[in-house]
This record gives sequence, structure tokens and C-alpha cells, in this order.
Amino acid sequence: MEILMSILAGILFATGLYNLMQKQILRIVIGTGLISHGAHLFILTMGKLKRGAPPILDEGVGNYVDPLPQALILTSIVISFGVTSFLLALSYRTYVLNKTDNMEMLRGNENDQ
Amino acid sequence: MIYAILGPLIISFLIPFFYKWKHKIHTGWILLPVPFVIFLYFLQFVGSEFSPIRQSYPWIPSLNIVFDLHLDGLSLLFSLLISGIGTLVLLYSIYYLDQSEKLAHFYIYLMIFMSAMLGVVLSDNVFVLYTFWEFTSLSSFLLIGYWHHRERSRYGALKSMLITVFGGLSLLGGVILLTTTAGTASIQEMIDQKDVIINSSYFPLILVFIFLGAFTKSAQFPFHIWLPDAMEAPTPVSAYLHSATMVKAGLYLIARLSPILAGEPWFFIAVSGIGMVTLCWGSFMAVRQTDLKGILAFSTISQLGMIMTMLGFGTKAAVFAAVFHILNHATFKGSLFMVAGIVDHETGTRDIRKLGGLMTLMPVSATLALFATFSMAGVPLPLLNGFYSKELFFSSSLELSTSGAALMNTLALVMPYLAVLGSIFTFVYSMYFFSGTFRGNLQADVLPKKPHEAPWGMLISPIVLVSGVILIGLFPNMVNEPLLAKTAEAVYGEAVQKEIYFWHGFETPFYMSMAVVGLGTLLAFTQKRWARVYQVIPGKWSFNVLYDLIVSGIYRVSETVTESYMNGSLRRYIRLILLAMLIAGFGFMMTTDGFMFSNADVAPISLTEVLIAVTMAVAAFATIYTSNRIAAILILGVVGYGLSLLFVIYRAPDLALTQLIVETVTVALFLLAFYHLPELRKIDDDKKERGINVIVAGLFGLLMAAVGISAHSSKWFEPISDYFLETSKTLGGGKNVVNVILVDMRGLDTLFEITVLGIAALAIYGLIKIRRTRE
Repeated sequence: MEILMSILAGILFATGLYNLMQKQILRIVIGTGLISHGAHLFILTMGKLKRGAPPILDEGVGNYVDPLPQALILTSIVISFGVTSFLLALSYRTYVLNKTDNMEMLRGNENDQ
Repeated sequence: MIYAILGPLIISFLIPFFYKWKHKIHTGWILLPVPFVIFLYFLQFVGSEFSPIRQSYPWIPSLNIVFDLHLDGLSLLFSLLISGIGTLVLLYSIYYLDQSEKLAHFYIYLMIFMSAMLGVVLSDNVFVLYTFWEFTSLSSFLLIGYWHHRERSRYGALKSMLITVFGGLSLLGGVILLTTTAGTASIQEMIDQKDVIINSSYFPLILVFIFLGAFTKSAQFPFHIWLPDAMEAPTPVSAYLHSATMVKAGLYLIARLSPILAGEPWFFIAVSGIGMVTLCWGSFMAVRQTDLKGILAFSTISQLGMIMTMLGFGTKAAVFAAVFHILNHATFKGSLFMVAGIVDHETGTRDIRKLGGLMTLMPVSATLALFATFSMAGVPLPLLNGFYSKELFFSSSLELSTSGAALMNTLALVMPYLAVLGSIFTFVYSMYFFSGTFRGNLQADVLPKKPHEAPWGMLISPIVLVSGVILIGLFPNMVNEPLLAKTAEAVYGEAVQKEIYFWHGFETPFYMSMAVVGLGTLLAFTQKRWARVYQVIPGKWSFNVLYDLIVSGIYRVSETVTESYMNGSLRRYIRLILLAMLIAGFGFMMTTDGFMFSNADVAPISLTEVLIAVTMAVAAFATIYTSNRIAAILILGVVGYGLSLLFVIYRAPDLALTQLIVETVTVALFLLAFYHLPELRKIDDDKKERGINVIVAGLFGLLMAAVGISAHSSKWFEPISDYFLETSKTLGGGKNVVNVILVDMRGLDTLFEITVLGIAALAIYGLIKIRRTRE
């Protein structure tokens, strides 16, 4: 199962990155969402899957799944949620100010001026 | 001795305070005693019973950098030149620079320079020497750019800075290699380690680095190009830095290290070869110049080349002639620069085509120039010191041994001929300089000012220098025994006794001198006829063109390189970052044999999970193809909810809960944002762009999958989670291990995650609420 999950994480990364390399700002936000999903799945897979009961201590249970990756992912979910919502607000603001959501038009460096 | 070095530096801090009274008294008068006292201090050492003095002050002893001062004959000669000519130049500058100039700047730079130059010649520690060496480059840069409102001054300053700092950094490389090879940073101790240095495998590199440093500083071919452009500096600066002192720092370095290096074949080939080329090229080019200071600049280049050649010979006679000529050149070239400055000051131009016939109007200057130019030309008159050193140069070039390698033999054979050739042109430009300025007809109508003799104050310094020319010319042994013998001893390594005679009898050097005078006179009179030769050599070719090409080429190339990847497109940057990670990732996996595919120890596959996984994969792909924004957000939601289902299956209840909530809120946020944002649409890429994106993204997915599988397949060590499971209840007091980890065992993570959320909330609020129109 871990191999399958690794492949799924790979697919999530690939599609997320493809979206990240698009021109429209919203696709970039979608891409980051996909990438963070991929990363979370990746971390979970690395901690081995289905090796026991959920990590809630109970009488008579000898085997639990690894709790540490779950704690890490929980932190990560919250952070990526914060970042995603910030990105959304930023893209809204960018669109309002620049009247475009095409990243290829939102460019320039000091040599262009 | 340390006060002599640091004195000018300390006083330069006080100059701004003196400068306040500039309307009452010229700042130069207050500073005049400084170099004079230093000169007197060093003068007391002159004498036949002088023996080297050492002083040592700790600076950074742990790095072997000690403020070691070593005063021997060579340092003494240079210190006397620096402080003596420094005094004269200061005096001259008082009359040369008007009180309306920025005198404080000028004198601060000059004092820093003086300090630095004394530091160069007195330091025994190579790192201290290097420090002062760069100080001379820096202060020279400031002095050349003194009239910084002129474009040519800035160009000249930048050019000299780039070239001398390039050499200075090479020198740093050289001294580091020298120090590591010899195991000491003291030059005197290195001389004892001579064999170790010469036999080390770094020796060729050391030679190259030291030569680059010395040749750039002393304006040797082909690094001579900065010196003519440095003539944009005020004339006292040209006289001081670019004839008498700074340009001799390279000579000093070669002379200082010649007890270690002399006698090596490559030392002779490089130093004498380059020196000779510089001598001939500089004297040849000097005749072409129309600017008085331009002539003097090329003349300085060629004279430095001559001294360099003699240092390269490394024989007793040559070393003695070299140090003698260092002294002679400083006297006559310093006075010539001052005369050129006087002519410029009194007529308003330095263009030799406009000048002429000034002899009757400026008799004193003309007399001074007469002595100095004839001395420079090496005319055989007993009054002039230039003749002696030139004749010593000829005789030492004849005495070269021809028992070395083939290249050395050839060089040794052609040296006397080249020496004569260079000297002929030296004669020609000396005559050209004198007669172009003082003889011929006065062109009063083209001169910006009505010419008249300079004030006496301005004439004192060149008079003193020319008296030096005559005194040394009349009584050469006056400086021989007490000073030059000691200097030559320091350079050669053992005692050098040399008598200087005016009359050698009818020997080869005398005939060489006669040939120089004869052919030189002929060429000088027919100068107009053969001047066309300059259209062929160098013609359009010059090293300045090369320098400009290199400088502008570096700008162009770096601009092209930067613009080739910094095109402002975000996707390009992402692509480059991903490509770099791909190369690093795959490369690392390949080289360390990291790919491992074992399906031992995997969890069993169940149909539900496969179905969820397939659904998520399909949904992920669908985000790329959809062009409907509601569909896009729902599809993204499918991936998120699928993930939370997986969390459920993989026994992570807290994760599943959080993921569900977060996904719901995110979807809501997306919907809210979409309400304000335009329709999702396909902005079409051409096929190539899309192909690259597919390949890069696909490969990266592949890499991540491979890493995941390999990481799972390899065993490194046991997880630490057993500790959490065992102590969650006993230490943390909770049954939910994930929550205990979050708030108890790794509570800091949670604290900052809360901070992140808070910052994000504030930032979003700011983005939406705060509106400032763009300026």
C-alpha cells in the first residue's frame, strides 16, 4: 500500500507543479493546494501505514500507528491553510490593483523600467 | 619608526580642523613640516656605518600578522625619496593649488598616501605590506579623481583602480602562497628559507602572482595603460605618485624579493624581458604624445622598464645601477613634472603643439628643464646624473652571462641592442619635450594666458631637485658610499662596492652612449618625416582599446547572462528551481545507489483505498483541464476530502477531522474569492512551453514517488515514537497521543503554528481593508 500511496503523492506533486507553472494566478493557488495535499500524504506514508490501532491509548491494545507524523501533519495542515487563505486574499488584491490575473503580464525587473 | 609611518595618517585626521582657517593660511603650510621632519628623521641613518634596524609591534599575532618594521638600505633610500620629494611636492602644491580648491580633500589623500607608501617600504611582514600596498592604490584613486567633476578624471581614476587592484589581489595570492610555503610572514625570514620557496611546487604560481602585482603597480607592459590616464590628476600628484614614489612600489617589491628570486631563469626572463619591452615601447610611444604630461607619463613607463630590466639582470653591477637610477629618476622626473605644471599654470595649456619659444619668457623653468631633460636623455655631460646610470645600464647589459638556457642566452645577446634602441628614443623624446616647449616660435595668440615666469615659491622645489641632479652628477660618490652601497647590499644580498666614474675610457658602453646621442640627434631633427610610422605601429591598435573592450565586454556579458535567466517571469524561475532540484535529486540518488524497490514490509492493499486513490488521481488531473471555476474548486475539494478519507483509513482521527474542517473552509474561501475574480480560462501556451511544463512536472512527480518508495524500502533505524506512546499517559497525562505531542511534548510547534495563523489573519485583513492609491 505504501508504494501505491507514494505514487499517488507523486501524482499530486506533478499535477500541483503543473498548475504552479500556469499563467493564471488562480491556477497557482490551486497548484499550491494540491502540493500541500501531496506533502501531507507523503509524510503519512513515510511513517508506515496501518500498523496498529489509532494512537489513542486504550486498555489491552499493544500496537498503535506512529503518532509523530500525525502531529507533524496536523501542524502542517493548519499552516498551509493559513498560507492558502493569504494567497487567495493576495490574488484578489493583485487582480483589483492590476486588473489582470495573468502572471506573464505581472512581471518586470529593474531593467525594464 | 612607527610614528614616521602612522604620523601622516594621524595628522590627516586633523586636516579638516586646519582647513577652517583656509582663507587666512593655505592648509599646505601647516602640513609642510610633517614630511620634512620625517625626512630629517630618516636622514640621520645615512652613513657608511648604518646597519639594518628592526622594530616589532603586535597587531594580529595569532594570524602571524605582526607590525614588523625593517629599515635597511633599500627601505632607507625609498623612505628618503618619499619624505624628501613629499616635502618638495607639498611646497609646490601650496603655490600650484588655489585656495578655492578643496584643499582638505587633497591634503588628506596626500597624507594617507604618504603614510601608505612609507608603510610599504618599511614593513617586513608581507601582510602588512599588502595592506599598505592597497592603501596606496586607494589614495592614488582618490587623487587621480581629485577633480571629480571632469569625466576624464573619473575614467582615469577608475582605470588605475581596476588595474592596480587587480595586481594587488594577485599580490595577496602571492604573499599567501609565500607565507604558507616558507612558514613565516616576515620577508627577512623568508630570505633564509630561500631554498624551500624555490623548490616548492607553488613556486611558478608565486612568481606569476608577485610579478602581476609588481608589473601592474609599476606600469609595466602591457599594464602601462593606466599611467597616461592618471595624468588627469593635479600635477603635484603626478610628480609625486606617478613618477617618484608609487610607480616605484613595484620596483621596490621586485628589489625586496630579489634575494629570494634572483638567479632563477624565469625571474630573469620575465623581469628583464618585460622591462625591456616596456623600455622600448614606452620611449617609442612618448614621442607620439602631444600632451606634456603624456610625454612624461610614457617616459616614466620607459624609465621604470629600464630599472626593472636591471633588477632582472640581478648581477652586482646591474643591481647597483638599478638603485642608482631609482634615485636619479626621482630627481629629474619629479622636476620635469613640476616644470610641466609650471608651464601649464602660466600658459594655460599643456599641448606641445601650441607651446614653443618660452625660453626667453620663462628662463628659470627653461634652465631647469634643460638640465632635467638632458639628464633623462643620458647625455654624456659630467653635470648630469642620468648619464652615469645609463652608462652603468649599458655596461651591465654587456656583462650578462650567456651560459644559461637557450631562451636566456638569446635574451642576453639581444639585450644590449634593445637597450641602445630604447635609449635612442629616450633621447628623442627628451629633446622633443624640451625643444617643443621652450624653443621655436612663441604662438602667443593660441595660448589661453599670457606666459610669464612662475612665482619663486613654485620654482623652489624643481630647483632643489635639479640641484640634486647636478650635485649627484658632479660628486656621484657623495651618495654612493653612505646610501647606494647599502641599498645595493640589501637588494643583492651581499656587499656591493662600486665606484662611479664619469670617464671609463674608450670602452663599449661609451660607444653605445655616443651611438645613442648621434642617432638620437638625427632622429630628433627628422622627427616630422618619420612620424608617419605611428600610423602603422601602433596605428589603431592600442591596449586602451583592449581595456575598454574588456570593461564594456564584462558589462555586456554579465548583462546578457543575467537577462537570460532573470526575465521576470515567475514560471521560468519555478521551472529553473525545479530543474535544479531534479538534477540534484536524481543525481544524488544515482550516485549513492539510492533507488530501492522492495515490497517487503508493506501494508496490505484493500479495494477501498485503491478506489479513493484512483479518484484522487483523476481529480488531480482534472484540475488541469477544467475551465469552469466552480468545477475547479469542487475538484480540488474532491482531492481534499479524499485525503481525509485516507486519514480515516490510516487510523488518524484527528487528522481526518482537521482535514475535513479545513477543506470545507478552504472551499468556502475559494468560492468567496472566485466571486470577485474573473472566470477561469485557459491562457494558451504554445506546444513547446506546455511540453516543457509537462516534462518538468512529470519528472518531479516521478522523483517524489521514487524517493517515497526508496525511503520506505530502506531501513535505517527504529522510530522514536515508542517513547511518545509509553510516556503519553505517565508524563503527559493524556490518552490521545497526537494531542499530547501537539500541546505537551512538542508544544512550541503549536505555539508558532498559532502565530502563523494569526499573522495570516492580520495580513488578509490588511490586504483587504487598507487601500492606498498607488503613487
